[in-house]
Amino acid sequence: MAGLFIDVEVDESVTGDADLARRLEEACPVDIYADAGGRVEVVEGNLDECVLCRLCIDAAPAGTVRVKKLYDGTELAAR
Amino acid sequence: MRFFEYESRRILERERIPITQSGHATTPEEARRIADEVGGPVVIKSQVLTGGRMKAGGVKFAETPEECEAYARDILALEINGHVPRGVLVAAKAPIAQEYYAGVIYDGVRKLPTFVFSDMGGIDIEEVAETHPEHIGRGHFSTVLPHMDFRAKDAIAQTGLTGRELTRLTPILSALARLFVKYDMTLAEINPLVRLEDGSFVAVDAHMDMENEARPRHKALLAELGVGEDETREAREATPFEIEGERIDSVDHRGVAGNVTEFDGNLGLVIGAGGGSLTLFDAVRRHGGRPANYCEIGGNPSVSKAANLTKLVLQKPGVEKIAVMMSIVSNTRVDIVARGVIKACVELGFDPAEKIAIFRIPGAWEEEGFKILERYGVEYADRSVSMHEAARIAVEKVSGGGADGAGPLRGEETDAEKPPAERLAGAGEVVEG
Amino acid sequence: MSILIDESTTFIVQGITGREAVNLTRECLDYGSTIIGGVTPGRRGREVHGVPVFDSVAQLVEATGQVPDGSVVTVPPAFTRDAVFEAIEAGVRLVVIVTERIPRFDVAQMVELAALRGARIIGPNCLGLMRPGVAKMGGIGGPARDAAKAYGAGAVGVMSRSGGMTTEISSTLTAAGLGVSTAISIGGDAIIGSTYAELMPLFEADEQTQAIVIYSEPGGRMEAELARWVTENNSRLPIVAFMAGRFMDEMPGMSFGHAGTIVEGKADTAAEKIARLEAAGIAVAQEIAEIPDLVRERLGAGAGSGSGRQVVA
Repeated sequence: MAGLFIDVEVDESVTGDADLARRLEEACPVDIYADAGGRVEVVEGNLDECVLCRLCIDAAPAGTVRVKKLYDGTELAAR
Repeated sequence: MRFFEYESRRILERERIPITQSGHATTPEEARRIADEVGGPVVIKSQVLTGGRMKAGGVKFAETPEECEAYARDILALEINGHVPRGVLVAAKAPIAQEYYAGVIYDGVRKLPTFVFSDMGGIDIEEVAETHPEHIGRGHFSTVLPHMDFRAKDAIAQTGLTGRELTRLTPILSALARLFVKYDMTLAEINPLVRLEDGSFVAVDAHMDMENEARPRHKALLAELGVGEDETREAREATPFEIEGERIDSVDHRGVAGNVTEFDGNLGLVIGAGGGSLTLFDAVRRHGGRPANYCEIGGNPSVSKAANLTKLVLQKPGVEKIAVMMSIVSNTRVDIVARGVIKACVELGFDPAEKIAIFRIPGAWEEEGFKILERYGVEYADRSVSMHEAARIAVEKVSGGGADGAGPLRGEETDAEKPPAERLAGAGEVVEG
Repeated sequence: MSILIDESTTFIVQGITGREAVNLTRECLDYGSTIIGGVTPGRRGREVHGVPVFDSVAQLVEATGQVPDGSVVTVPPAFTRDAVFEAIEAGVRLVVIVTERIPRFDVAQMVELAALRGARIIGPNCLGLMRPGVAKMGGIGGPARDAAKAYGAGAVGVMSRSGGMTTEISSTLTAAGLGVSTAISIGGDAIIGSTYAELMPLFEADEQTQAIVIYSEPGGRMEAELARWVTENNSRLPIVAFMAGRFMDEMPGMSFGHAGTIVEGKADTAAEKIARLEAAGIAVAQEIAEIPDLVRERLGAGAGSGSGRQVVA
């Protein structure tokens, strides 16, 4: 389930990447990502805390993590 | 943090300042035992952090332990200004020859602690200062240099005292100053300080106030006195609404939702920060609005903290709408607060456009915030709309809005009569360059 | 001419590796301020946004070969007194204390030492100061882009017991075309390093400043001190005040807003302060939006003469 304001999509091809799971958990300042035993897990309860910092997008292979702003229908662009 | 009289007495005792023999009782039987130990006539005093004890019948004199027990029973059951007494103090009734006033406070203009001394004790010190200024002695003392007795002596001597009175009072006032510094007090006051018929000096009543910020430095003393870490000792006791506000603030370290205070109006306020909230609360009342609460949001709170505070306000009985307003923010983010307040509305099943009378928070991330507000149809304002104008818009949207002028402020009744020395603190006349 | 800071002012940040300090360092650098170093014990050799970090002020002075003009202190309350003493004893003459919740005795000690050494303290519990378009010292106004939006250079000196309201008032003055000469967030505690009256002579001597706006709250005697200063010094500067927290007059003993904001006696109340300020010829605005017009009226009344205006004793 998405948040009210923010949704995050992680491409299925990378959800099993243990290294990425760790990097995302470390990168996100509001704990949207958890490293669930080597799998990327999105913590739905924290989605709306997203501060639009792009750190997760920067930490992941291009195009595999998408942060959607549900209130205006746009997506956060990579830097 | 204010101390009860029985606690202040223990602090004096700890610092070897002579006091009348006394004990603290929470039952009539205990009071009787103390009176028995003390022997002779005693005074029984209600232990409340509010003024006007004597007038309310919270102070009685007893000749015998039996009489003491009876009075204690009455006083223990007597609420004073909404305060339930924390037991009673039973103290020996002293044979008084003369009463004095001894106090130490801060002078915020000179930025130093200062003595206030008078040889007209036992009465309102502010009144003495007005009617008999020549009976008041003052003097600042250094916070950097070692404490010297002569500072206390000079303050006492200003009232014209000399001889044994001066030499015996000096170490007491000086000890009070050392205590004031040692325990980070903002007020240390003995009133009256009494000369007994035998020429010795003894404290009969004391008021002390420790700075909240310094409480962590005095854990040992507070533990010894049995003061709980969560005891706030505010001028009025917190309501369940206010306790819940504190809980919302403390469970999430991100940002601040402080000073949540309950009033009885119909317009809920989600406002910030310190100065902004003071301004906005006034503004709502200036336009005839009736606030349901006060609060101070700031320090970049999380979405959930903003949402939880908003929910608390929205669920308060009598709240028709909320106004979300702040002065221009530079640390707190507009979009995060917007998310929080909208989320609270949605999760409680309200339409944000209907429940939020106005959203006026300009500043950091405002473009993003305004997009969110537009999406939900919430009326918002940027910095071109003044804080007062925003408050007016909000007030007009609730029932009874737009009446002229502020009605009486009704929260819980407060009677926070402070010890007089604080009123005296550098009162205008003491202002020196 | 300027108040306290100008384009050549150098300063340091004590506690520079803390979260808020990292932000304010970035903000100040972006705004054009010169930060020559930072101090966090045990972090020597690090950098924060290109600013070198040292273990002590003495080490910083030795390494950079200069005593900074100022320091922004952002260390936790239990360590603030030590940090401020360290800065003052190293020769720093302008100390901005951002830290909140410092016990009053510690503040009194810092202020007393500053007086002994000829240093000045701004704060505690403040956001610092800004000369619009030139430099800022502290988090005042936030990120450089936001600060530029709210603070335009101009003729009005701003002093405020609230950090946020410093920006609200400055933004109002800027939008009205009056602008700000220097804005100082003086701090919200019961004892602060520099009060309105103590800063007035600096504004008085600053040619850019033509008027003063203060933001005030219940609690303390600072407004009485200002009223007295104005009455005694025949100031050339018209002053407009805004008093928040009027509702607190009905709630004695309760603290709101800032640590120093509490009505402890009659002289602390908003009503009493307003009366004192008005008796000294200071206009008291009912709303923030009225401030620019009140400033203009008063500038108009005394314009051109440059001499002292009438003061009601």
